[in-house]
Amino acid sequence: MRPLTEEEQAAVFSKLANYIGKNIVHLVDRNDEAYCFRLHRDRVYYVSESSMRLAISVARPNLVSLGTCFGKFSKSGKFKLHITALDYLAQYAKYKVWVKPNGEMPFLYGNHVVKAHLGRITEDTPEHQGVVVYSMRDIPLGFGVTARSTVDTRKLDPTAILVYRQADAGEYLRDEDTLF
Amino acid sequence: MGRRAKNKQTAPEPLPIPSEGRPKTPKRKAEDDGQQSSLKKIKSSGSSKGKEVPTNRKKDLTPESLGRGDVQELDLGSDSEPEADPDDFDGGVDSDSESDDEGPITATNMEARSRKLDAQAARDAQLDLGINQRQGPTDGSDDGDLVTFDLPTAEEREAEKKTGGAELQEVQRRIQDCVRVLTDFKALAAKSRSRSEYIEQLVSDISTYYGYNEFLAEKLTQLFPIAEAIEFFEANEIQRPVTIRTNTLRTRRRDLAQALINRGSVPIGATPEYLAGHYMLQAASSFLPVIALAPQPSERILDMASAPGGKTTYMSALMQNTGIVFANDANKLRTKSLTANVHRLGCKNVVVCSYDGREFPKVMGGFDRVLLDAPCSGTGVISKDASVKVNKSARDFTLLSHLQKQLILCAIDSVDSSSKTGGYVVYSTCSVTVDENEAVIDYALRKRPNVKLVDTGLEFGREGFSSYMGKTFSDKLSLTRRFYPHVHNMDGFYVAKLKVGRRAKNAVDSASREVDEGPVEVLQEGETLPKDESGFDEEADKPFVEEAKRKRMKAKGLRVLPRKTAVAAS
Repeated sequence: MRPLTEEEQAAVFSKLANYIGKNIVHLVDRNDEAYCFRLHRDRVYYVSESSMRLAISVARPNLVSLGTCFGKFSKSGKFKLHITALDYLAQYAKYKVWVKPNGEMPFLYGNHVVKAHLGRITEDTPEHQGVVVYSMRDIPLGFGVTARSTVDTRKLDPTAILVYRQADAGEYLRDEDTLF
Repeated sequence: MGRRAKNKQTAPEPLPIPSEGRPKTPKRKAEDDGQQSSLKKIKSSGSSKGKEVPTNRKKDLTPESLGRGDVQELDLGSDSEPEADPDDFDGGVDSDSESDDEGPITATNMEARSRKLDAQAARDAQLDLGINQRQGPTDGSDDGDLVTFDLPTAEEREAEKKTGGAELQEVQRRIQDCVRVLTDFKALAAKSRSRSEYIEQLVSDISTYYGYNEFLAEKLTQLFPIAEAIEFFEANEIQRPVTIRTNTLRTRRRDLAQALINRGSVPIGATPEYLAGHYMLQAASSFLPVIALAPQPSERILDMASAPGGKTTYMSALMQNTGIVFANDANKLRTKSLTANVHRLGCKNVVVCSYDGREFPKVMGGFDRVLLDAPCSGTGVISKDASVKVNKSARDFTLLSHLQKQLILCAIDSVDSSSKTGGYVVYSTCSVTVDENEAVIDYALRKRPNVKLVDTGLEFGREGFSSYMGKTFSDKLSLTRRFYPHVHNMDGFYVAKLKVGRRAKNAVDSASREVDEGPVEVLQEGETLPKDESGFDEEADKPFVEEAKRKRMKAKGLRVLPRKTAVAAS
């Protein structure tokens, strides 16, 4: 467990900025308690400083996880956000997409969001923008990247993909072994 | 109605007629991981709306169990339901077809209906009982051949074994007869036969009929009065109702109930709400140790054996994500599902680590509360995992209770005895045997004089044994609680709560006095001590004696004075 280096921090923050933009400040400067990012075996954890201090006493081979896992660095040094970061992404998301009830399960099984399943979308969402996907009852289900801007969606046919899925809550079951 | 009434188990039912092939009935896997059946499968069958989707993985489903597949009884059932924290328990969502005549179930009428069903079940059971009571005595007095039930002799039993055992129906009848005789031994037993012969026959029949090994059948029979033991074995053949816990970190109970009711019949382990972490599939019994532990916000808590995380996430929710919970599990593989559950339910104050629990005070101490849900034989959850019936031997029990004794001492030592808000250890097992429960607690009480038993704060449950089969434990063991499948309709369980106090100074005095009282030699008048030729030098031995005394006290967990003052004082 160690703090992130400059490059690592830049990689993590640029990914997060895709979804929450300037709201990153709220992650770094919190009113309630000091939080920090820590790297442990390729994975980036977001954890309160008090928890982190206590977790120091756990030996490296025995430590499995602390706080919230945000994602992992691949071998080539790229950072990938995991579904476990959804809590914070959903809290601070700038652009949101809501799927209809009949689109919930297809999305949770790992499919992209198609036009037919789109319930609502934040106005003025640009193309290739990171968005958080919600159900119509405002339960965050996952996140992805828009394929079209809001304006362009009107002309599309119902089967056209609107949001490329990047992570969904179904991964908790599907990828339990590789996720942690 | 009938099926539900039976599942409720509000009152003892008489030994039912064995449906042929009962042991082979496919069991629904109620365990948490078991419920999370692969999404793929659900997807394939989920498209056809009317079709019911079973929540288990077993492929060889009988039509009957298919029908049961989507009956999701989410309520805790028994009347003795703990009212302590109603927000975290979930109300009943009952899609039982038999109760459809009363209109659709809504969140508002749900509880009332559940209560109504419970009441009816109780009435039915009373009716059953009444019939039995009426039949019981008349059978005894009128029917001649019932009174003179002739127990097979040893030779007959040998012969029976050679032919491959008696018919199941015959065995069942014999169990009933044995129970009847044993409940009124003086009046009904044959004069030439002893009680132990009847019991021996009964135990061997139980092991044949229910499929236990002889050792376990005997061990479990000894726990209860004979008639109750049969009820226990019967209850182990029936599944407990599925219970879920609302995750208060994410939603409220009312909202969740509404959402699930609207969803209709879907597998409970793969709804969007489940994946979003709004609830946890969790056996009713596993609420109990956490309720007993009563973690407070911003405390430091240790869960020594935590996978798959039902209790850990419950604690985290009770603490509202403040403080810190150390979730430990010795098995690295199991920490994966533990971590997944911790993240899914949004618990942000949890540190997951993988140590052998016995290393614990060395890794870290100073916890306000420690939960030890010890690894056990699982004799309380036979309805979930029937393999326990055959694969547990005397050696397993010795090894397990040894491990449990080591673990509980480690748990006690990990607690900060001067904690302002806590200083508690909760010990629980999903086993009903005495050597894994009361014996372990009694051992801990003897080994650590600064620890005392306190009330668990659970309003129901039977009292723990303070003596069992010739062993006498501390009287305080009546403060611990036992839970049984046939009484409380939840898994067999045991909960004890210990308060770890400071290592008292005056305890040192009493202990040293105890040590000083050696054997007293009584001398006759005028007799003098024979001169010791070997020549012990009292002065030279003194430091060694002192050192030994110190060691002994340390091992007992008493506070020892610093070496210099100890020597100076003496």
